[in-house]
Amino acid sequence: MKNIRNIGLVVFLIGFAVFIASLFVGTYKISEDKLKSLYDTTEKIDKGDTITASLKKAAIELEILDKEFSSQFSFSSHLADLLNKSNAAISDGLADKDGITAIEVEGIYDLAIVGGKVIYSKDVVLAVFSDNPKKQKLLIDNTSWMFNESKLYEKVDDFKKDFENKLKRINGKLGEKYFVWDNKYSRFDLVKAASNGPITDNKGLFLFLTFGLCIFGALMYILPGAILMGGPGIKNNGVYHDAATSRGWIGILAFVFLLFFYILLYFYPWLIVNWTSIVDPFKGLFIEGASASQWFLYGTLYTVSMSVMGIRMFIKYRHNRYQIVRTASVLFFQIIFAFLLVEILPLFDLPAMDLKNAWPLDYDMFFDWNVTGHFDSGTVGIFMFVWGVVLSAIVIPVMVYFYGKRWYCSWVCGCGGLAETLGDPYRQLSDKRLITWKIERWMIYSVFLLAIIMTIFAGYHSYNEVNYPEMSSKDVLFGMSAYNIREWYGFLIGSIFAGVIGTGFYPILGNRAWCRFGCPLAAYMGIVQRFKSRFRITTNGGQCISCGNCSTYCEQGIDVRAYAQKGQNIVRSSCVGCGVCSAVCPRGVLNLENAPNTNGSRMEAPEVILGNEGLKEFLNK
Amino acid sequence: MEHVVIIGNGISGVTAARHIRKLSNKRITIVSAETDYFFSRTALMYVYMGHMKFEHTQPYENWFWEKNRIELKKGLVETIDYSSKTLSLSGGDQVTYDKLILAVGSKTNKFGWPGQNLKGVQGLYSKQDLDLMEENTSVLKVERAVIVGGGLIGVEMAEMLHSRNIPVSFFVREDQFWGNVLPVKEAEIIGKHLESRGIDLRFTTELKEIISDESGRVKAVVSSNGEELACQFVGLTPGVSPNIDFLKETDLETEEGIVVNQFLETNQPDVYSIGDCAQFSKPAAGRNNLEQVWYTGRIMGETVAQTICRNKLAYKPGHWFNSAKFFDIEYQTYGWVHSKLQDGEANFYWEHKDGEMCMHFVFDKASRKFLGLNTLGIRIRHEVMNRHLDADSTIDKVMEQLKDANFDPEFYRVYEDEIVAKFNVEQGTNISAKKRSWKRILGVG
Ligand SMILES: Cc1cc2nc3c(=O)[nH]c(=O)nc-3n(C[C@H](O)[C@H](O)[C@H](O)COP(=O)(O)OP(=O)(O)OC[C@H]3O[C@@H](n4cnc5c(N)ncnc54)[C@H](O)[C@@H]3O)c2cc1C
Ligand code: SF4
Repeated sequence: MKNIRNIGLVVFLIGFAVFIASLFVGTYKISEDKLKSLYDTTEKIDKGDTITASLKKAAIELEILDKEFSSQFSFSSHLADLLNKSNAAISDGLADKDGITAIEVEGIYDLAIVGGKVIYSKDVVLAVFSDNPKKQKLLIDNTSWMFNESKLYEKVDDFKKDFENKLKRINGKLGEKYFVWDNKYSRFDLVKAASNGPITDNKGLFLFLTFGLCIFGALMYILPGAILMGGPGIKNNGVYHDAATSRGWIGILAFVFLLFFYILLYFYPWLIVNWTSIVDPFKGLFIEGASASQWFLYGTLYTVSMSVMGIRMFIKYRHNRYQIVRTASVLFFQIIFAFLLVEILPLFDLPAMDLKNAWPLDYDMFFDWNVTGHFDSGTVGIFMFVWGVVLSAIVIPVMVYFYGKRWYCSWVCGCGGLAETLGDPYRQLSDKRLITWKIERWMIYSVFLLAIIMTIFAGYHSYNEVNYPEMSSKDVLFGMSAYNIREWYGFLIGSIFAGVIGTGFYPILGNRAWCRFGCPLAAYMGIVQRFKSRFRITTNGGQCISCGNCSTYCEQGIDVRAYAQKGQNIVRSSCVGCGVCSAVCPRGVLNLENAPNTNGSRMEAPEVILGNEGLKEFLNK
Repeated sequence: MEHVVIIGNGISGVTAARHIRKLSNKRITIVSAETDYFFSRTALMYVYMGHMKFEHTQPYENWFWEKNRIELKKGLVETIDYSSKTLSLSGGDQVTYDKLILAVGSKTNKFGWPGQNLKGVQGLYSKQDLDLMEENTSVLKVERAVIVGGGLIGVEMAEMLHSRNIPVSFFVREDQFWGNVLPVKEAEIIGKHLESRGIDLRFTTELKEIISDESGRVKAVVSSNGEELACQFVGLTPGVSPNIDFLKETDLETEEGIVVNQFLETNQPDVYSIGDCAQFSKPAAGRNNLEQVWYTGRIMGETVAQTICRNKLAYKPGHWFNSAKFFDIEYQTYGWVHSKLQDGEANFYWEHKDGEMCMHFVFDKASRKFLGLNTLGIRIRHEVMNRHLDADSTIDKVMEQLKDANFDPEFYRVYEDEIVAKFNVEQGTNISAKKRSWKRILGVG
């Protein structure tokens, strides 16, 4: 058994090493064919042609077409230049055909400026473009304000300045729809298309060598635990002796890896295209020949980690049916709702929506593109949108009333699901101090407030989009754009907080840092749970011996013992109802229950702890 | 301002301090020798097993004491002068008091075995014992450990060693586990459970001698049946007794412990004693004169605080209850279930087919009044049992409302119907277990 374990560990480490090493193999070369395959297929052909041709030209000028690079780092360092150059060239080129060329400008000036005086008018435009009604219209539409009665140019230069500025906008706009903006997505696409080598040639093999070996090794390590750990019961032996689970060197290494992983995933996805190539065959199961994005890679890793570590949970807590059922539930919701449905819905032209994701954790819900995306997908799409609203506004508070927020946080939610499986070994690392509780409340309610403000902006914008399509700057309220707010929120909260800190810091801050300090949905449900719910953790009379197991293993950093040793039930907005305090308590003191709040029994501390009859009689007198 | 001095920062002393602070503005000082801050003795095992760090056993953060104006003084009290109301500490420091609370706890019993002071031989009571155990089991590879004395601390020590893969032989004087407390059936379950975890249990076996190697470290023990067993660690856990050597043969009345009346007053004016070290001259009805468990120490602390703050209050605990854990089997008890049935008592026993779970009820044969319940592997709601004991419920009513008493986590298998059915067969009754009722549980209607 021990040997199987050790072999498993070695197999896992080999798989992991291959995974890391796979980032550093292969070469990168962009060719005309690659560009074609990238843009011809995704855009309408004429548009694709334009883009491909322009990128090709720019690549030739930069001397990178068909040139082989030995790493994604050196290759991608040219991409900003490539894209900017290509975009500029497209704009220039289009001006000839559909915009206003320099020669034509001269023609206008010839007629519009006579003897140092500006006499620009509609007639001038009509005369210059007598044979081109399209350009006539374009210019009249855009510059009629310049020959308005009230607009008199004293100086020729002023006129020229206004005119040329306007032209820049007109010509620029023409190109925009052909632009390939320089952002992480374009860079990812280009690097992925350019990648060559052992991985792209043997995706299946590498899928086996990385995911395969890691899963296999991990299971070889985990399954013997059923026997090695001894009979069913609490298995926390050595948690604080183990460098992995007590912020020792293994924990630090895991932390550094996770941190790098999240930073690459969110901000530099083009550097990890090889990892996405590895899961291409898997993506192919959904759409034949499709190429996996970084989000597909992430979804796969997420679901695989949860499943493997979920098996670990089944073994570790096999004596505790609450833990078994709960773990089965989070796995179900992750695999079916967060992973499979999100892949499958788009196959039916439906929005790729995680149906269990609720506002305000789903902060895009009321943004115009999301709203229109749903409404453009017909009845089912509209139904899905309405479901999202009903879930957030009705289902969630009602369920929290009956069962506490645990029904979501530790039974359904994806973030919670990862925390309860992959994160379980780190639960004891959450900070229990009072000061941390104070910080927690400030932080989480600030994020919640931010999410509300952002939603107001998004709603305002979407409302305008529907009711006043003619309005300009539909997204701006109080001088701030809904898009800008979303961009900042997405960066700071959605990426840095939820991902990099929330998961990256598992080995340092425990497995629920995001849920405890940042999640706006947790804040929302927490308010309901604290003030209007049947849920509580019941303390069993006077049985507590203040040992501290409950507090130590509370992933949310609740000092459970502080309540239990007073004979008080635990009602805290942050409690996600994982049930581990109840599981680890050696004296059977704690139980998660949903019950009425008779005479304040739900959360009031008893004046006398059960057992001190003398004091009770005295106080009753 | 009146100065209350407490010796001992265990659960009893600290509870007294907290409650005096709640009730008054008196100056409070706790003098203690073992650790800087209050910690939970009951959790020592979890530190050794790596479930927790020592800090986690401290129920209050370090700022708590200053915030509540409870002065902490680390030091060993060597003598007490009751006439001048002065304590002398080992370093030479002196502390004077207006009121003194002795909450000095217990120490491990040692019965004068040959070799009991060798290296590698120890009890488990204090933080120092914990550190020593860490050292004793890490400086040298322990191939086998022997534990002497089959009580709660003995099992804890066995579990601790087991967590580090150290083979354990467990000497128990009686022919069953924890013989003076547990009835045979429960003891058998625990015995089997320990054996299933690989513990080498030896009943009716006593320690005769501990044998030393050249360096003064244990190398073997000799048992009462003459067998010599090689081992590198010996855990002595034959129970504890009040830690009052320094108080003996002074003006303070002591016997086994510090003798107190029902108000926790000693024979010296303004001197009180609480917790493990207090011995009642007249025990409360149905209780022992020494009560060496966590919650009784707490209740004594709550009680003496009232007395000191001028609400003279007698120590009056309610119905007996307690709990423990033997490896993976949890034990709870409410009311009295003695190891042997007492005169006029009848019992009803149910055991789960897997043999790791049971419920054992005791009641009065004539009146059918419910007297007590032992459970293994099933958690019971304290409130509900306490109410039954308060109300002199019959065993039949307890059975009828058994579902109210279950305190196991959600989704656990429940056995009340099976238990009640067995009860009906044995008792010729026709009870059906009522559905769980929050109204009854929460005490309304
Ligand atoms: C390993 C172990 C496990 C246990 N498990 C349980 C359990 O599960 N449930 C349960 O109910 N009970 C349990 N107990 C018993 C319980 O811990 C004790 O009943 C309780 O701690 C007694 O508290 P106390 O305040 O009376 O004394 P203590 O906690 O012993 O505190 C007394 C303090 O006074 C100090 N002191 C003594 N003399 C002096 C002096 N002269 N000068 C200065 N300081 C002095 C001591 O160093 C000590 O720190 C366990 C005990 C042990 C050892
Ligand atoms: S784990 Fe149980 S006994 Fe220990 S402090 Fe928490 S509630 Fe009390």
